[in-house]
Amino acid sequence: MEYVSLFVKSIFVDNMIFAYFLGMCSYLAVSKNVKTANGLGLAVIFVLACTLPLNYLLNRFVLQPGALSWLGEQFADVDLSFLSYIIFIAVIAAFTQLVEMIVEKFLPSLYSSLGIFLPLIAVNCAILGASLFMQQRDFAGVGEAEVYALGSGLGWYLAIVMLAAIREKMAYSNVPKALKGAGITFITVGLMGMAFMIFMGIQI
Amino acid sequence: MAQKLKETILNPILKGNPITVLLLGICSSLAVTVQLKGALVMALSVTAVTGLSSFVVSLLRNTIPNRVRIIVQLVVVAMMVILVDQILKAGEGTYAIDKQLSVYIGLIITNCIVMGRIEAFALGQKPIPSLLDGLANGFGYGLILVIVAFFRELLGSGTLFGLRVLPEGYIANNLAILPPFALILLGCIIWVQRSFDKDLQEK
Repeated sequence: MEYVSLFVKSIFVDNMIFAYFLGMCSYLAVSKNVKTANGLGLAVIFVLACTLPLNYLLNRFVLQPGALSWLGEQFADVDLSFLSYIIFIAVIAAFTQLVEMIVEKFLPSLYSSLGIFLPLIAVNCAILGASLFMQQRDFAGVGEAEVYALGSGLGWYLAIVMLAAIREKMAYSNVPKALKGAGITFITVGLMGMAFMIFMGIQI
Repeated sequence: MAQKLKETILNPILKGNPITVLLLGICSSLAVTVQLKGALVMALSVTAVTGLSSFVVSLLRNTIPNRVRIIVQLVVVAMMVILVDQILKAGEGTYAIDKQLSVYIGLIITNCIVMGRIEAFALGQKPIPSLLDGLANGFGYGLILVIVAFFRELLGSGTLFGLRVLPEGYIANNLAILPPFALILLGCIIWVQRSFDKDLQEK
């Protein structure tokens, strides 16, 4: 039950885009049509779901204050948490590079449709952001971390596909010249964010 | 040479502003604009990180193998961010702000401006121009951040830097504190800038 609540919450209430503005750069750049948005969204879900549990374990057993106590008594008061940024980003970058190589070798058709987005994901704030939030929230176990990763990935996916669909239609409407492109997109995202606020305080 | 240097410094502030024109670095920027103080600290941190990491990557540019350059750049940037974070944590007045900015300081690592400037400028230029380019871009970013924060704090709580500006009877506009307002405000800033500068308009 807790898992369901966390899942729904991370999709709608703590939506990566609308509540925290994470992954905004690629969100705006790659949302011109639904097909590419779909590809990037799926890639983000996949990378999030794989890196977050890894980072959770690293945080739990290496980085947290006192995390190294399983090595022996003398390590009990070691605090490596200042290293967490560099470790998290290294895991994410290495993992995306690995995924890229595997996909290129075994699934060439998927690679050609996703190819350019995979390296981009290493610098997607949503991925690192999720890891940092995970560290802050102190989840109880790997299960919770995994559910959180899937939920926030799915929330990001939903947001980008919806915006892409709106922008596809908006291409035909008569927008003031100076507002065309970037301006109207920001305002659209703002309005979508307001719509998402109805989920605030939802309890399951 | 002097002309080129001047352009390097002035371009990112208006004509090539990283936020309103290139649409980079929006990720971590909007969430910190509820209070002017936080926005200012964030702007300074990003400026420092962009400048320093451009400088370091430019020093290393002939030794980094092309295939693994993203990881090398990320490590350099992450190191700078850790430095900034530790400095903020150590300062007496800045510790509270560091707590308030929470994960967003860490997210400077994936701020697209930092990576964008490294990829587009520092990899092919000498260290000193790279440093200036990074600092100027950080400044352009900070300018927008401060403008957004100004309106959000003024309308959202009637204060500036925590000091009351609007009269006591002012009823705070709660929408201004919520995330969507930042996006709409940014859309309007882009609108204003593009109606003055016709070259930036999209076809």
